[in-house]
Amino acid sequence: MMAAFILAFSLLTMLMFFVSYCRSLTASSMHTSLSEEVLDVTGIHAKASANDYARVVQILQLCPERPEDRSHLQIVDAYYSLLNLVERVFVKLSPAVRNWAEEERAGCAHFAAVALGRRIAFNREMLAQQAEL
Amino acid sequence: MSAGVCFVSISFIRGSFLKYFFLNLYVILSLLADLLRQYVLNFHGLESKQYLYTYYYTDCLLTVALFVAVISLASHVFAELHLARYVRLVAVLLLLGTAGFSYAVVAQSTERLATGFALELSQNLYFVGLVLTYLLWGAVLKLHETRTRLVQMVLSLGLYFSAYAGSYALVNLAPKYEVVQYLAPVLGCFLPISWSLTIWRHNEGARLTPARLVAVPR
Repeated sequence: MMAAFILAFSLLTMLMFFVSYCRSLTASSMHTSLSEEVLDVTGIHAKASANDYARVVQILQLCPERPEDRSHLQIVDAYYSLLNLVERVFVKLSPAVRNWAEEERAGCAHFAAVALGRRIAFNREMLAQQAEL
Repeated sequence: MSAGVCFVSISFIRGSFLKYFFLNLYVILSLLADLLRQYVLNFHGLESKQYLYTYYYTDCLLTVALFVAVISLASHVFAELHLARYVRLVAVLLLLGTAGFSYAVVAQSTERLATGFALELSQNLYFVGLVLTYLLWGAVLKLHETRTRLVQMVLSLGLYFSAYAGSYALVNLAPKYEVVQYLAPVLGCFLPISWSLTIWRHNEGARLTPARLVAVPR
């Protein structure tokens, strides 16, 4: 009984910390604006929307990765899946929650697009270094 | 283990080793504990009394170190209010109280008092740590803490503590499922990895809006 209570309590706090942690990741990229290049490649119009995420991730996978980005992208990916689930569950029950999930998914898409921008810059740098050699 | 080495190295490189000294101390101690456990395991075997004592006492020491790490983060959060001294005082009282409570629980059964006390203290401190991190997160939001590094470190700790408490409970509820036994080592990597990424990606001056972090917008 006690173990079940602790499990339920810890799952709830884990969910809360997980959502906040992911929001802190996406919030830290909010100040970074997307470069023209990223906007062109991804087809994002000025501001990333919820449905851009899948496309941006597909392009990200084509780009050689930076090891330091990998973990955060995986966490945000898990968060995006959770938001998809929330949106599907609350699509008719609560429009407010659905709107919130939509906004969050857009934040995930922006985060992925910023990561894409960093990867492109990183690869440019690598190519430039190789060309110098 | 490599995650721990990575965190300490990044802390040195980014010049934040002393700023987050107790976090680094916890990671260094966990590395030393791993080495010591491996050494005892090789020489005495998994079933030996030596390994049992080494395992539980290093675990207890690590839990105390993690508790101190939480308090050090609380000191950072409350530093501007000049409450850091009171935070430390409360922490010492809480630690002594938890140790006293654990001893009182274990003293009733005299068999294996030493390892029993270490195990009881570890479990109780984990729970106290979880509650403290939860309160600390409340303070971060209430005080509108904006330092990205501090916010992400507190959140990582919260995730770690709640996942660990959950895995302990799951072990008790479903001990026959072997997958549960592998949760703790996986979770053990999470803290140094997330702290490393935080230190690496954000400098001390990085700020974020705390209102964006709560699930329900304020």
